[in-house]
Amino acid sequence: MENILLLAHTEADGSLAKPALESLATALSLGGTLTVGLVGAATDAAANQIAGCGAGRFLAVTGEAFGQPRYATDAAAAEALCRAADCPIVIAAGTSRWARALPGVAYRLGGRVDTHATSLAPAAGGVLAVTRWFYRQRMEGVLARTQRPWVVLLDPGCVVPWNGMGLAGGPGGYPACPTVEAVTVEPPATRTTVTGYQSPKADEQTIRPDAKVLLVAGAGWTKKQADGAVHAAEAEQLILAFLRQAQASLGGSKSVVDLSGEGEAVLHCMTHMNQVGQTGSTPRHAKGLSTCCHGEEPHVVGWRFVNQRRAINLDAGCGWARGKADVLYVADAFEVMRHVNALLA
Amino acid sequence: MSTPLQIVVCGSFVPDPLQTLEPVTGPAGPSLKNEMMLPAVLDPWAGHALFEAANLARTTPGSKVWLVSLGAKAKLQQVMMTVAQKVPFELVALDGPASGFADSFETAAALATGIEGIAGLDRARLLLFGGWESASRGAGCTMQMVAERLGITEQFQGVDQIAVRDDGSFEVLERVEGGRHQVSVCTAPPALLGWATGNLPEPRNNPQVGMANMRTVMPALQRAKAAPVSNAGLTFSSVTLPKQQRQTRIVKDMPAEEIAREIVAWMGEE
Repeated sequence: MENILLLAHTEADGSLAKPALESLATALSLGGTLTVGLVGAATDAAANQIAGCGAGRFLAVTGEAFGQPRYATDAAAAEALCRAADCPIVIAAGTSRWARALPGVAYRLGGRVDTHATSLAPAAGGVLAVTRWFYRQRMEGVLARTQRPWVVLLDPGCVVPWNGMGLAGGPGGYPACPTVEAVTVEPPATRTTVTGYQSPKADEQTIRPDAKVLLVAGAGWTKKQADGAVHAAEAEQLILAFLRQAQASLGGSKSVVDLSGEGEAVLHCMTHMNQVGQTGSTPRHAKGLSTCCHGEEPHVVGWRFVNQRRAINLDAGCGWARGKADVLYVADAFEVMRHVNALLA
Repeated sequence: MSTPLQIVVCGSFVPDPLQTLEPVTGPAGPSLKNEMMLPAVLDPWAGHALFEAANLARTTPGSKVWLVSLGAKAKLQQVMMTVAQKVPFELVALDGPASGFADSFETAAALATGIEGIAGLDRARLLLFGGWESASRGAGCTMQMVAERLGITEQFQGVDQIAVRDDGSFEVLERVEGGRHQVSVCTAPPALLGWATGNLPEPRNNPQVGMANMRTVMPALQRAKAAPVSNAGLTFSSVTLPKQQRQTRIVKDMPAEEIAREIVAWMGEE
């Protein structure tokens, strides 16, 4: 197996997040000699966190300038680590930070990059192959490349993260503080400053990538109900109560997030950030509950990576659910969700 | 008043999302069954980039928008009949594959060459726009490589908003984890912005804009240079459709309270 460089950036608290540990697990599963390359304002805590992973080398680009997620500095740091490690395979988590920076780094190194990989494993003949989706999760391809370095960004949520077996002090007996080789990089001149973060204009958090359950709300919530009236305010209340009590994440069909631009009743908790499907996101959750959704393939794409799926819909023949969900409840979502919320309270 | 901008949008067409897609594998690698027959639309996120570019150009007098598009000429012409009615732009057409299976590295090279060929383009005032991902390859890596080839190292991805200030600096909102936006300020162009949805609705068709655009679109299509993508070094061992069919249990005539109990129990299962 070829030598592997795992690139990982630290979080605000200096630690490595779950996606980085998932990438580490994938890197270790391949069996090649592993080098870990860390980037951040400070990297000691991150190095200690994975001290026992069995990596042959730890490299780090450290400094205040590298604490901000920003293309120019992230690309410079990653490029320097790649050159120092000189590994043909470079693995990283598909975080927003690496997704922004690493394609450009692959170009600088004369290599190639593949993103949104759901798997990286030896295929027939021992050739390393990436599995990823094409046409917005509508077909799955397995591909290999001859060019090196080959940078592969792994989608979060596809493998079990490295679990820390062999941590310092544990049975593995690894050193508490691994020797970290500092890679010196002069921060490049940049015109960009990260000034902060904003949450969508909503009263509370509705997107929880780590949630067990994804609630998908469709435009049906904003349509006339059995009494001939629209109950958008109650719909929003029911949805938010469910999210709060189940600590679930919220997804919406394109039609429901587009309503605000069409002058119809809207769910204020729903923004384009919540949109799932062909032109939205395809989040990964263990369970998905679809409510008041209608449509066919473009919407179903939104829960391609949801393992167990149930739907509540008044239409027993709905293309969203039939053949795509495990269970379809033909019922009024308002009524069902009122009871669900009462049970969860 | 800020300096006029030169906005280059990269974007091509994709099969209409409502179409059923089926992969086929030929000697040249994978492609879509009846690919040339499938109705096509402008790539959604590239479309948002184009509409945001047009809006920015409208509010920044003296600015200009180019659309650099790599795709089969005949198909490009068909899609432009609709797109050209939306907003004013000048087309730079490149005759090559718009397939999701085309290599991003070579695609980036072709797009960068097309941009470098734009006469009179002032790189110091350049904002390079595109979708943060396409609806075909969906890799989210082509635009970064285009920008690198053009020497642009101020890059933003998953952009939902740009606000240009009077001093020429601009604030950018990028999508990051947890449904949040990262807020950055860039003091000046050139820069790359890979757009997510943005905030603008799709403009209505405007026949006058269409007529003005078509005066440049047709000649651009006629002089489109060949931009082959060989996929050198890239091999696909398989491309398959997912096994979608589930045995859906249809539950009718169950009281809402009972359904709720079943759902809550299911949520609690490991």
